[in-house]
Amino acid sequence: MRKYLLKRVLYMLLTLFLVATITFFLMKLMPGTPYTNQAKMTASQIEIMNKQYGLDKPIWEQYLIYIFGMFHGDFGTSFQYSNQPVAYLISSRLGASMQLGLQAMIFGVFFGVILGAAAAIKHNTWADTGATVIAIIGKSVPNFVLAILLQYYIALKLGWFPIAGWGQFSNTILPTIALGVGPLAETARFIRTSMVEVLNSDYIELAKAKGLSKFEVVYHHALRNSLIPLVTLLGPYTVALMTGSMVIENVFNIPGIGEQFVKSIMTNDYPTIMGVTMVFSIGLVVVILITDIIYGLIDPRIRLEGNGGNK
Amino acid sequence: MAERILDVKNLKVDFHTYAGEVKAIRDVSFHLDKGETLAIVGESGSGKSVTTKAIIGLLANNAKVVGGEINFNGQDILKKSEKEMQSVRGKEISMIFQDPMTSLDPTMKIGQQIAEPLMKHKGMNKKDAWAKALDMLKAVGITNAEKRINDYPHQFSGGMRQRIVIAIALVCDPEILIADEPTTALDVTVQAQILDLMKEMQAKVKTSIIFITHDLGVVAGMADRVAVMYAGELLEYGTVDEVFYNPQHPYTWGLLNSMPTLASDKLESIPGTPPDLLDPPKGDPFAPRNPYAMKIDAEQKPPFFKVSDTHYAATWLLHPDAPKVTPPEEIVRRQEKYAELMAKKKD
Repeated sequence: MRKYLLKRVLYMLLTLFLVATITFFLMKLMPGTPYTNQAKMTASQIEIMNKQYGLDKPIWEQYLIYIFGMFHGDFGTSFQYSNQPVAYLISSRLGASMQLGLQAMIFGVFFGVILGAAAAIKHNTWADTGATVIAIIGKSVPNFVLAILLQYYIALKLGWFPIAGWGQFSNTILPTIALGVGPLAETARFIRTSMVEVLNSDYIELAKAKGLSKFEVVYHHALRNSLIPLVTLLGPYTVALMTGSMVIENVFNIPGIGEQFVKSIMTNDYPTIMGVTMVFSIGLVVVILITDIIYGLIDPRIRLEGNGGNK
Repeated sequence: MAERILDVKNLKVDFHTYAGEVKAIRDVSFHLDKGETLAIVGESGSGKSVTTKAIIGLLANNAKVVGGEINFNGQDILKKSEKEMQSVRGKEISMIFQDPMTSLDPTMKIGQQIAEPLMKHKGMNKKDAWAKALDMLKAVGITNAEKRINDYPHQFSGGMRQRIVIAIALVCDPEILIADEPTTALDVTVQAQILDLMKEMQAKVKTSIIFITHDLGVVAGMADRVAVMYAGELLEYGTVDEVFYNPQHPYTWGLLNSMPTLASDKLESIPGTPPDLLDPPKGDPFAPRNPYAMKIDAEQKPPFFKVSDTHYAATWLLHPDAPKVTPPEEIVRRQEKYAELMAKKKD
């Protein structure tokens, strides 16, 4: 197990290094400079600024400097946000995004599994059709439309929750729902498909022949086996949600990372682009590792270190 | 007379399909005595499995019992609610399936899979149930059982998995064990081991077995009585000796004749295919494939003619007015052997 983990971590570092390299050069290929929109700056001022930030050096040298800095935990300083270090900029905003993403994921998966399982158990009945319709609506309505509807009806008309803002738990509920409906629909669809298949398998027949009730058959035997394909889907989805949905964060005025990412690209804020990309990448590789470990926990057939896996 | 534990009377099962009602089981009656093994043999699609699924109450959603009764210990199982059936399944009637590779839950330890029926039916706590599961694992011949009880199905071979399935089926000492082609998916050498184990366990647990198979070779060593099924009907039933050595129905002749023997180098077969049960034939269902068929076979369903107290066959050939026919060579040889056997018994 330790050897396996070590190997995985080395691969992760290699992946991150490649991501950093590719992103760096792609970023430099983008048109414009960080000062494109700063009309008031004179040519000499720009030259000074370039010198200050090392942008006058050849690209390969800039690259080496950046990579060297990154390995020392220095992600540089933002060009846009009044000289704040990128590391601080990200860490101060990552919390909100992660909390919202995680909440949305838990909400979506929990209700998605229930909905999908219900649809599978009542296969080809009105309940199945109903669940499928909900899943299709959840998948096809853009989350910002839902966000605005929730704001208007639940927050403004009914006044149950605050319209926007961040800080209290009640602030998080509407954005969680708006952001979580996507994964809910996806999970429901996935669980339904895999559970219909599992419910037709021989071991479910045997479980029924043991005299177990319908609930026991589903809860003890079908659910766990149906979850296996879902795990693959969840990893990347979780990262995508945690690193922020820019639109939802905008609609609800949440100080998250998604909004910042887009802004940094628009303004050629190189260190911030790199920083956010690296955070996203680190999240992804870590989640993929966790996914593989969870796989093993759910499915003993792919356990990393089988005790006596002698067939 | 032996105690009757199961009595199936005039069972009829239909399957609802888009093409129409498939009459899968058409008026089947048989019984099972306490402690005996009844083999039901027939081709694929003859209705063997459907019959047993009806007994254990696990028919597919589109299947429906449209007539008859299944009396188990004097009660009609077909009248029981799903809830009542849950306390019969696994406890009084249990089942072994064909493919051991897929009939165990891949994500649950085998100890738990064996313990599950005990916790459900006998109200045992987990510790006691696992202790009993361990005994059961040893009884079915899993070596190093103390350790292996914590293993998952994928860590066992096919033969070992079928032993575990047998342990699950017998852990509550059921009165009836239904074995649906339990050795079909296994190697021939492993088949023999599993059959031996089933006989051994039957003696221990004192259960009656309904053994479904299309392998006549397996039947001879396993069963007390044999019922031959074809196109959703029973055609002949009797003791193993009677059906194997004194068969009366041309279909049974065909089946026995199709068994490979060391003496002949030609593999016999029954020409044609079973009838479409969407529109079943009104006479003897085997008539279209039967070289001995008479006019009446196509028009009127033959009743069961008595051959002996235990041996009945549904063929017009047994009618007093029917012409005498000579069965295939192999069958004649068998019947001669049977006559010898009977003569010896009389002495």
